[in-house]
Amino acid sequence: MDSTALAAVLQEAAPGAAIEPAPTADLHTTIYVSADDLPAVAQALRDRPDLAFDFLAEITAADYWPRQPRYEVVYVLVSIANRLRLRVKVRLPADDPHVATVCRIWPAANWLEREVWDLFGIAFDGHPDPRRLLMPEDWDGFPLRKDYPVQIRKTPNAGQPLQVTEEEFRQNVMKDRLTRG
Amino acid sequence: MTVNMGPQHPSTHGVLRLVLELDGETVLSCAPTIGYLHTGIEKTAEQKKWQQVIPLVERMDYLSAQSNSMAFCMSVEKLLGLEVPQRVRDIRVLLAELQRINSHLVWLGTHGMEVGAVSVMLYAFRERELLLNLNEMLAGFRLFPSYMRVGGLREDLPRGFDDAVKAFLERMPLKLDEYEDLLTKNEIYLKRTQGVGVVSQADAIAWGLVGPIARAAGSDYDVRKYFPYNGYETYDFNVPTQTKGDVYSRYLVRVAELRESMKICRQALERISPAGAYAVDDPRITPPPKDKVYTEMEALIQHFLIYSQGFTVPAGDAYVPVEGPRGEQGFYVVSDGSNRPWRVKSRAPSLLACQALERLIVGGLIADVIAVIGSIDVVMGDVDR
Repeated sequence: MDSTALAAVLQEAAPGAAIEPAPTADLHTTIYVSADDLPAVAQALRDRPDLAFDFLAEITAADYWPRQPRYEVVYVLVSIANRLRLRVKVRLPADDPHVATVCRIWPAANWLEREVWDLFGIAFDGHPDPRRLLMPEDWDGFPLRKDYPVQIRKTPNAGQPLQVTEEEFRQNVMKDRLTRG
Repeated sequence: MTVNMGPQHPSTHGVLRLVLELDGETVLSCAPTIGYLHTGIEKTAEQKKWQQVIPLVERMDYLSAQSNSMAFCMSVEKLLGLEVPQRVRDIRVLLAELQRINSHLVWLGTHGMEVGAVSVMLYAFRERELLLNLNEMLAGFRLFPSYMRVGGLREDLPRGFDDAVKAFLERMPLKLDEYEDLLTKNEIYLKRTQGVGVVSQADAIAWGLVGPIARAAGSDYDVRKYFPYNGYETYDFNVPTQTKGDVYSRYLVRVAELRESMKICRQALERISPAGAYAVDDPRITPPPKDKVYTEMEALIQHFLIYSQGFTVPAGDAYVPVEGPRGEQGFYVVSDGSNRPWRVKSRAPSLLACQALERLIVGGLIADVIAVIGSIDVVMGDVDR
């Protein structure tokens, strides 16, 4: 089933939801879903027998800073019965990114969502245990955000977050980065 | 009573910490704490060139280095739109299956030792040593060979490699019978493992425990069969399954997988021709052979460009799943069109296994906790990354 066909099936299963098929480089079936419609779409994806995406392989996110909308949360789903694979993506804004949890639909989402919160600062509404997972509890900032400082020489200052200007962030992220063409 | 188990407990496979609440010997609650081994590999990878990420990802799941780097390279090849030669695919199949044997041997040894069969550890590590010798022959590095490359392999197989693998494959089935003699019908081992840490098929899939754990509960999901890659659909092998979903079933599944992996290795060895392509013929990605670098100007320029600037990858994202020793494994990679990855995310089967630990051990006995941790085969490097 390709992205367009799947989007049509989902449109029927979750009426009114904003679903758009997305072209990807690896020709993987991919759809974009708006953050508000995610719970309804996720429920339909798991429960409809012709879809039956019962295995949630992965939840992750990517930070496309400084582009808007800045974040994309990615759900990698597998339907074992129908031998289908699907990527569901949710676009989130830079300010207060949050999306509903899918823990009640796929229990595996619990730690995966905690990891995304920990490293990207994307909140999952209704999550049963919204704590950091990998970083220490008192950590400042979200390390996988693109504006989180890397390779910057600063004297360590315990208890104080690192402060750098936006210009320094930008230069640092773009450092040595070649663009095609 | 509350017991703090780990992070330096010898049977927690690294630095897993469990806070267990006990009533007598029964476990009332369990709170796993992870993150002691978090090294920020995913953040580091964003600062590296594509080729430089390979040694990093091998160090995530340190018992399946070849599968990790293969999964990463396949995702990047997908973005580049590369078709690697069939010979490379066959060599990758061979190496991935040897890696699976390697990883399962470490699992068998440590799990056996934890439930009291110390001799199994000594036996399994004896054979694993031979596999590490093969890695040394291949790349000069025993644990993390960094032999996979985007677009193929670093160099051709060394002379005598096929004979060494053949010798190993001849020796291994007999040794496997030896391990089975020690455990499969061992009364003490059966008592420690049967009916312990049971998980149903539906639960295993809902909790993302695909791989040997779900197969021990009756699911036949195996990426090699369901979404074949590298030509696995042309290999003749079975996916061993069990139905009970306890620690003993996981043992049976993994031992049967060892035999199946050897079967695949034999078939792959037959297909690999002694000489041929070991990487795609693309001057942007594959470095020229060393003898040409010293004699030809173009080759020198090409060599210099690849090693100083790397290569650019078209913008987009890709995820290619492979069947690692612990279940579905894969890398979600995002490129912005430059010579460095924008985002690298590893799907870590161990993380999900660790998450489900609470369900597997609450209500059981504290002595069973160790058998269960051993049976889900977590690698803390993969959990924390």
